[in-house]
Amino acid sequence: MSDEHSDLGFLRKYVFSTDHKTIGIQYGITALVFLFFGFSLMMMMRWQLAYPGSAIPIIGGLLPDTLVDRGAMLPDFYNQLGAMHGTIMVFMGIVPLAVGAFGNYVVPLQIGAPDMAFPRLNMMSYQAFVIGGIVMLASFFLPGGAASSGWTSYAPLAVTATTGQTFWLIGMIFLIASSLLGALNFIVTILHIRAEGLTFFRLPFFVWSQLVTAFLLLLAFPPLQAAAIFQLMDRLAGTSFFLPSGLVVGGEQIVAAGGGSPLLWQHLFWFLAHPEVYVLILPGMGIIAEVIANNTRKPLWGYRPMVYSLLVLGFLSFGVWAHHMYMTGMGTTMSTFFQITTMIISIPSVIILTCLVISLWGASIRFSVAMLFALAFLPMFGIGGLTGLPLGLAAPDAHLHDTYYVIGHFHYVVAPGTIFAMFAGIYYWYPKATGRTLNVTLGKVHFWLSFIFMNGVFMPMMFEGMAGVSRRLFDPTIYDHGAAVHGLTVMTSWSAWCLAAAQIPFIINFFWSMRKTERAEENPWQATTLEWATPTPPPHGNFTETPVVYRGPYEYSVPGADRDFSPQYVKQEA
Amino acid sequence: MSVVIPYQVEPHPVTGVTSGKLGIWLFLASEVMLFGALFSSYVLLRVGAAVENWPTGVEAGLNVPIGTANTLVLITSSITMVMAWASLKMDNLAAFRRYFGTTIALGLVFLVVKAFEYSDKFGHHIFPATGWPEAGDPSVFYGLYFTLTGLHALHVILGILVNLWLLFFGVALWKTDKERLTGRIEIAGLYWHFVDLVWIFLFPTLYLL
Repeated sequence: MSDEHSDLGFLRKYVFSTDHKTIGIQYGITALVFLFFGFSLMMMMRWQLAYPGSAIPIIGGLLPDTLVDRGAMLPDFYNQLGAMHGTIMVFMGIVPLAVGAFGNYVVPLQIGAPDMAFPRLNMMSYQAFVIGGIVMLASFFLPGGAASSGWTSYAPLAVTATTGQTFWLIGMIFLIASSLLGALNFIVTILHIRAEGLTFFRLPFFVWSQLVTAFLLLLAFPPLQAAAIFQLMDRLAGTSFFLPSGLVVGGEQIVAAGGGSPLLWQHLFWFLAHPEVYVLILPGMGIIAEVIANNTRKPLWGYRPMVYSLLVLGFLSFGVWAHHMYMTGMGTTMSTFFQITTMIISIPSVIILTCLVISLWGASIRFSVAMLFALAFLPMFGIGGLTGLPLGLAAPDAHLHDTYYVIGHFHYVVAPGTIFAMFAGIYYWYPKATGRTLNVTLGKVHFWLSFIFMNGVFMPMMFEGMAGVSRRLFDPTIYDHGAAVHGLTVMTSWSAWCLAAAQIPFIINFFWSMRKTERAEENPWQATTLEWATPTPPPHGNFTETPVVYRGPYEYSVPGADRDFSPQYVKQEA
Repeated sequence: MSVVIPYQVEPHPVTGVTSGKLGIWLFLASEVMLFGALFSSYVLLRVGAAVENWPTGVEAGLNVPIGTANTLVLITSSITMVMAWASLKMDNLAAFRRYFGTTIALGLVFLVVKAFEYSDKFGHHIFPATGWPEAGDPSVFYGLYFTLTGLHALHVILGILVNLWLLFFGVALWKTDKERLTGRIEIAGLYWHFVDLVWIFLFPTLYLL
């Protein structure tokens, strides 16, 4: 099978490939580039926040006069950077990395499938993602620049914004289409193309997390599609879906019939964007579960409760969206309902986290680099989750809403949470994809520096937020309460730049290890799941012989077995 | 493509359907969410508007008899779609071509009628941006009318394009794999019925209520 594949030309093999592994790697590399780009946007913003009004070093002189004034950032440019940082990180960085890259590469291997159920659809999903990404990036070169109304694109601000917003909406429509195609492919693949004997409760937790994520993407994204179409109509055809009658912006009456509802946008947006938060975190939890089971050398504690919690999380995530909207005046009855659902949804998250922590109990832990990231994930996600509780209640939210506290909370979930999980996944599966292991020393340097500076970035934000500093301010020092905590802002900025520097060992490691001559073993981590039953790297069609599954996913240290791991694909311990 | 992916023709023992059929049902689920969001927006905007500022379809100048006729056209096309699929099941390719061609033609009839309705509105200077009533505190009825029917029309166009491809090119599969072609026609049919169903909700919502 692999021979025929190698006959394909370069384009068919690497660019227009239908092989899930190639597509996974394409997704991974594209997403990592976007992540780095989104991070760079934020590093420029951090300069303005730490040293307001002073010229940005090095890059400041290179930017055109429409963006900077003698090297110092202009407010409109700051708004563009803020909006695009959020958009790029969420929709073009984390989701494609967590679902597109890890999901595509690992899920078919873990379920013993030769490929995804619809390989060509898979390729189209990646292509739609690239087109969406290019449209988003191209918007920076428009007169008036990229979208500047926040990653949430609240109306009516976004409706009256410059052309960048139109590009944002068109880009989103492509990204949504990409997610939909990917999601339905994942669901069909997981339901249909499982190996013989791989029953639902023998699925690795990572596969479960991808299945629930796919359902969230499939059902939550279309309402944003609808919202994007409405906003496009408002911007291009002059309708007023999100424009109330008699709207005045900047002292001028807006020329539109009116009669629309700005709140409608928020409802449609958050109906997607809250499930989206679970799209961001669930694949991460899945990776962490794999890494923890493998490195503790014992089964996950509470595999079934974790799976049930996952399903409950997925279901409930559709009923909490308006907890982002307490301050809109939507009424106390609505707030009460959404406070209750928000408190309930914290329970399954806590169950999963608790199970993962208890899994460590009494284990002889192997501190591999992947495991270090997994261990750091637990308290970091814990902080992110627990700081969310005050935001889920309307009364404390009145104080904390739209402050840096929200930024700190959300980033604790996604940056030292999900991104650490992604790193854990890269260190864990790199030997499968390349046949080489990543260097441990460089990995540990990468981990410890990232760990320190991640906290250096996001912990001060909590205090700034409690001091009342708004997240959207171009120059927080113009207010006394902002100036009072300016030291924390400077600390955050320096931590962010150091965090960027801390990624250098990772980038070196990533490319240098690929060229190592020494090959990794077929199953270097002595893991039990099916992806390690394939040759390394897996050929087209994955498995040399059709795998059959005999046992659950995490049978480590089985009493009586002569090894401390009993792979799913091995019939009996010899 | 040397890799053989199972359950493309034979149904999976657990779900009881082929992968393609499961895929189209999932796609339709996401479409339900799309149109669900659009209809929910309709409800929210209508509830938010003053009662006297929201026209009925007749007040807004929509032609109910033409709309009804167009509804019948779409329903008929759904019937011929089923007949086309049944013809393949009964091993009658000629009948399939007739019924499937009729389905496509009826879809085109629907679009032509819709185009006349649109141009009539434009002729009366009614555009998506037009409020109803024009003065005072208008509602976004026309915006919704054009956006919802426009999106539906896009779905019809997509369905017609896929069906045309199947009628002229995809049908070649009949020589090598009858069952697979029948499966594809069934999937195209499921999509077509869904588009029909959306119209059955759109018509009363916009024309009658």
